[in-house]
Amino acid sequence: MAEPILRIRNLHARVGETEILRGVNLDVYPGQVHAIMGPNGSGKSTLAAVLAGREDYEVTEGEVLFDGKNLLEMDPEERAREGLFLAFQYPVEIPGVSTATFLKTALNELRKHRGQEPLDAMEFMNLMRERAALVKIDPTFFSRSVNEGFSGGEKKRNEIFQLAMLEPRLAILDETDSGLDIDALKIVADGVNALRSPERAFLVITHYQRLLNYIVPDVVHVLYRGRIIKTGPKELALELEAKGYEWVTETDEVAL
Amino acid sequence: MSEHVDILDQLTASDYEYKYGFESQIEEEVVPPGLNEETIRLISEKKGEPEWMLQWRLQAFRYWQTMKEPHWANVRYTPIDYQAISYYAAPKRKAQPRSLDEVDPELRRTFEKLGIPLHEQEVLAGVAVDAVLDSVSVATTFREKLQSLGIIFCSMSEAIREYPDLVRKYLGSVVPPNDNFFAALNSAVFSDGSFCYLPPGVRCPIELSTYFRINARNTGQFERTLIIADEGAYVSYLEGCTAPMRDENQLHAAVVELVALAGAEIKYSTVQNWYPGDREGRGGIYNFVTKRGICLGESSKISWTQVETGSAITWKYPSVILKGDNSVGEFYSVAVTNHRQQADTGTKMTHIGRNTRSRIVSKGISAGYSQNSYRGLVRVNPGADGARNFSQCDSLLIGDKCGAHTFPYIEVHNPTAIVEHEATTSKIGEDILFYCNQRGIDTETAVALIINGYAREVLSKLPMEFAVEAQKLLAISLEGSVG
Ligand SMILES: Nc1ncnc2c1ncn2[C@@H]1O[C@H](COP(=O)(O)OP(=O)(O)O)[C@@H](O)[C@H]1O
Ligand SMILES: [Mg+2]
Repeated sequence: MAEPILRIRNLHARVGETEILRGVNLDVYPGQVHAIMGPNGSGKSTLAAVLAGREDYEVTEGEVLFDGKNLLEMDPEERAREGLFLAFQYPVEIPGVSTATFLKTALNELRKHRGQEPLDAMEFMNLMRERAALVKIDPTFFSRSVNEGFSGGEKKRNEIFQLAMLEPRLAILDETDSGLDIDALKIVADGVNALRSPERAFLVITHYQRLLNYIVPDVVHVLYRGRIIKTGPKELALELEAKGYEWVTETDEVAL
Repeated sequence: MSEHVDILDQLTASDYEYKYGFESQIEEEVVPPGLNEETIRLISEKKGEPEWMLQWRLQAFRYWQTMKEPHWANVRYTPIDYQAISYYAAPKRKAQPRSLDEVDPELRRTFEKLGIPLHEQEVLAGVAVDAVLDSVSVATTFREKLQSLGIIFCSMSEAIREYPDLVRKYLGSVVPPNDNFFAALNSAVFSDGSFCYLPPGVRCPIELSTYFRINARNTGQFERTLIIADEGAYVSYLEGCTAPMRDENQLHAAVVELVALAGAEIKYSTVQNWYPGDREGRGGIYNFVTKRGICLGESSKISWTQVETGSAITWKYPSVILKGDNSVGEFYSVAVTNHRQQADTGTKMTHIGRNTRSRIVSKGISAGYSQNSYRGLVRVNPGADGARNFSQCDSLLIGDKCGAHTFPYIEVHNPTAIVEHEATTSKIGEDILFYCNQRGIDTETAVALIINGYAREVLSKLPMEFAVEAQKLLAISLEGSVG
């Protein structure tokens, strides 16, 4: 098998005195979709934030390799330029900065990092139109301030639109399905499926199995109290749905 | 416009000509600190002023003696000892660096970021090279062109000698000597400044700036500017400089008066970047300015646009008196405060004539431990039928140690008036910056992106090349404010 895009070894992280991640291990290979499930408060968003480089979390132990490079040494913007993308659970609003300006700045930073010329206005517009169509984003959004006044569903679609624009190696989707009605969920899932490729990997964080009917994962993990306590094929998600999280967490309780 | 750009290019190109060793031959003249009638007589005499000017100054001084320093602004500073200031010192030669190597590295770094050529840096930093524009410089060429159109553009001192009728008619007509404490002080002791007169129907083809005025340097801490646009005339005037200005004078109390006759338009743009003091707030200029324009004739227009990034303390309210029917007053402002800076700035729109309109767009940006206040007054007098005002006052906070305050006062004495006020406050917090970082945008770029978006409406009112510099300046003045 190829080298993993992401290799996490014994990752521990805390906020203040509270340890939230308590020894996470994970290997994600190119082309794969991994689902990370788990009850609320189990540390899913924390894992995403630590991978993206959020400062509030202190890594106390462990190692993360991203394409073989030490991820934990990089600034958040370096990680992004290396091809790590996080679709936020709660996307922020950026007043006064249009989606077009924002994405153009981001994309050109990435291109600079890869030694490519910046896109000219025409090429950029064409790319935006093409990618926006993937998640049915109306071009009138381009000139609106990033996420400002967007509905919950529009914000989530906008995250996937940005993913489509920036073409990362690894995309982490943090509860992208939460707050979406079934139509919006399908739009988002179609967008993600269109972006699946042999070079790219996805880490799909979700609380519910529902999304995984549409984005079918290769591997499903259950994160609980800061650890991956169970890993299985896509059917694991269905089993969790049927039996509830207690089914796995109870056995874990004993193990602890 | 393009011609203007060319000239600017020439002026700012590193190889423009200097003449050395001229001013240094002038002996330094400093009158002892303190302010009394004798000081004023001395100033007037040194400047070779006529008797009426001296009497005008003395009258202002008598007013000043009866006035108290105002303390209503939302700023704090140690008391100024007015008797400890020297009111005539020209030209300044003290403690000048002998080369750029002696200049504060932080200042130099800013110069470099702004892309200011080396020679220009020396002038701005006050390096003792006596760089004076050559007398056959572009400035002279420009002056000749202006003269052929009948436009008068010269120093205030020169205007007092050469155009006494105009000066006597308009000086103090907008900001009377007894208007306020600082205006009275300025009227008594003003050092120099710009004078500009546009004859009827003349549109000034270039943006006027002190760049094009001979003897523009050393206008001192009490600057006086008077601009008159006669009927149907138009002028766009640029004040200031995007480069940081160091000055050992802590107090600056300037007065600017604008007069627009019927159908005339005056655009006055300022990019102000006085030394704001260090991170702890030490040093830095106190900038207490009175700027006011009057739309005297009908259908006249006055626009103030300002980008304020400097000063330790700013106290400044460019205002418009809308006297002529159908006249228009505008105020566009971006005021940035960082570190320990304090700004209390805004505008006053006084509607007197019928169908007068005013528009206020104020964008405050506060970072560090700074305090940024907007203070505005919209007054509609009883006779101002159909007056309209729209005000937009936005505040942007960077971090959580700074403050933004808005004091909008509205006095409406006419039932037909429509006055609208909108205000917003936003914050650039960790969440927004992390979101940008996660998209590959570093914090500095992210802040610049947000600031430029936020200030766009005001920056777009500036002449193009000025706007570009102002944009850079905003980013630089907010450097180190986050992360
Ligand atoms: N910044 C923070 N400060 C304090 N506690 C936090 C912080 N972030 C997360 N936590 C705590 O860590 C635990 C895991 O949170 P989170 O990663 O958001 O879980 P999930 O995404 O799985 O719902 C929760 O108990 C939460 O309260
Ligand atoms: Mg979460």
